[in-house]
Amino acid sequence: MSAAAVLADIDWHVEQQVFFYLIATTQVVAAWRVVTTKNIVHAALYLVVVLAGVAAQFILLGAEFIASTQVLVYIGAVIVLFLFGIMLTQARIGAENDLDQPNRLPAVLTAGLLAILTVSTVIRTFEDVELPDNSRTTTASVSDSIFSDYIIAFEAVSVLLLAALIGAIVVARKD
Amino acid sequence: MRTNVFALDPLFLDDVGFEEVGIVLLKVVVAFVMLLVSVMLMVWFERKFISDMQNRIGPNVAGPFGILQTFADGIKLFFKEDLIPERSDRFVFKLAPYLSLVPAFLVFVIVPIGGDFGEDGDGTVTWFGHETFLQVADAPVGVLFFLAMSSLAVYGVMLAGWSSGSKYPLLGSVRASAQMVSYEAALGLSLAAVILKTGSLSSHDIALAQTGGIVNWNVLATGIVPFVIFLIAGTAELNRPPFDLVEAEQELVGGFHTEYSSLRFALFFLAEFMNTVTMSAIIVTLFFGGPAGPTYAGPAWLWGMFWFMLKLLVFLGVFVWFRATLPRLRYDQLMDLGWKILIPLSLGWFLFVAALEIGDNRGWSRVVVAIVSGAALALGALLMSAAISASRRQRLDEQAESDSPVGAR
Amino acid sequence: MELTTTWYLVLGAIIFAIGASGLMIRRNPLVMFMCVELMLNAVNLTFVAFGRELDDLGGQVSVFFVLVVAAAEVVIGLAIIVAIMRHRSGATADDLSVLRG
Repeated sequence: MSAAAVLADIDWHVEQQVFFYLIATTQVVAAWRVVTTKNIVHAALYLVVVLAGVAAQFILLGAEFIASTQVLVYIGAVIVLFLFGIMLTQARIGAENDLDQPNRLPAVLTAGLLAILTVSTVIRTFEDVELPDNSRTTTASVSDSIFSDYIIAFEAVSVLLLAALIGAIVVARKD
Repeated sequence: MRTNVFALDPLFLDDVGFEEVGIVLLKVVVAFVMLLVSVMLMVWFERKFISDMQNRIGPNVAGPFGILQTFADGIKLFFKEDLIPERSDRFVFKLAPYLSLVPAFLVFVIVPIGGDFGEDGDGTVTWFGHETFLQVADAPVGVLFFLAMSSLAVYGVMLAGWSSGSKYPLLGSVRASAQMVSYEAALGLSLAAVILKTGSLSSHDIALAQTGGIVNWNVLATGIVPFVIFLIAGTAELNRPPFDLVEAEQELVGGFHTEYSSLRFALFFLAEFMNTVTMSAIIVTLFFGGPAGPTYAGPAWLWGMFWFMLKLLVFLGVFVWFRATLPRLRYDQLMDLGWKILIPLSLGWFLFVAALEIGDNRGWSRVVVAIVSGAALALGALLMSAAISASRRQRLDEQAESDSPVGAR
Repeated sequence: MELTTTWYLVLGAIIFAIGASGLMIRRNPLVMFMCVELMLNAVNLTFVAFGRELDDLGGQVSVFFVLVVAAAEVVIGLAIIVAIMRHRSGATADDLSVLRG
């Protein structure tokens, strides 16, 4: 009996649920702190928690390649760049007061409305959709997909990266 | 279905019960203890080896040959006063040592430390009637996991420097993070050649592909270049000499951990040496066949473990040798080496290996493919060096202009 | 209660809304960038959840592209921010109007 067949027989739903709720709660709290914290480095660290949570959710969804890429690119490079930029410009310890703009109420109201709208729509539309158990994604299948169906997008993104690289060098040069 | 998340360790082929969980826990505990003990021995080995090279005696008081010196140091650090600077960010200051320790532990999870990698072995052992791999987890994305964890190691250094609320640690940490981020690209690109050759990201598969003689080892199969790049970039990633600008004593006091004392300092110290051990283990796994080697009498998995330990020891020795003999690089030299030499070279070599691979698949002559792609790469290298020297000339001209009193802006 | 795609979508929606509120509340350009990353990740989560539900690899591939685009965006954005901060420290998003030229 193949390994795949055996693993398919196991009922994973309980574990998946428990971890989903744990991670989701952490993510929401951390995301909230990104928006409310008074210190810019702390905001970056809370963002790391959210991103790591997203990577964990990817693993729960069976997307291991994307999960590890998420850690590698987002946590390992993007946030490090953020921290780098922070430290080059304004690495203060303690609370900073000019992080927020003065009138917050409209912003909070708009975002709240957005949240209510999207959540209610999502719940109404996808109420009874179960997560299927049959999606098997390996790194190989993802890469096959990238280099066949999505090859043009891949090339476009490569050119975009090159342009960003050159642009960043030009902008950051001493003038 | 989660086959893709769990590694396909033969252990999980049957129903997963208490015995299987017990074996996994046992593996975790054994790996943890082994890593700690090896770090202890590594500190002693490094000090003793350097002493020998410098014609000194080195630690010789605690225990036979001073082998308990690390233990004594640990106890000393444990009983020292734990200082937290007044102007620090207390929470991040306390968090940082763990952030550098945990990734160091986690990388070791994917290293196969033994098993039957002989002529026709498949890298398994049979314990308590269960067949399994001698590694904690065989993640299908093993190599990516290693890269991800080594990119996480920046956080400990960066946050330690920032949260100390002091100038030198901040400078040290900014240096360190720039260094680690730039060398990670070379590290990943040199790994790409290995992945291309093996066709798998799993560390177990990579070790398995290298069985059956030295010619199959990736160090030869991919040409020597990726290994050399990986070794250099790995040394830089570890912040070890000659790339230890992070803690250049003459310039930065102690670097990012200047303000740390007591147990928190011990954690950084531990993480540094643990990273050295795991990086050596990764090099052995990726380039030197891991536990592969001839097996003789006795259980084959024990031979695998023996060969692995032997190769590991060689690389630990190499790292100490670097430290004892090479002078520290200047910061601009470090950046030049990383960006202008290692990254283009590893990228070019990766393309070269890929061209040979494709040529083999299509049945083209190896010599022709090698000559054509070599010529293309040489042309690329020529163009790049021309561009670099042109920009340098321009920079020098501008400098001369702004230095002269007449041309002052 | 069975775990359904809905839960992932709801989580994504909540994080997206939090990110959007942050983008409106904050005025430090770096933190605003972080809020954009929050929103992007919320969308990534829904991509993968949908990909799982429909058994389509396109979901994961889109996330891959989003990752790349986010990296490019951060590189450019940080270069601009650092260049501005060099001239006037403590700049807020309002000060970016100097880019008008």
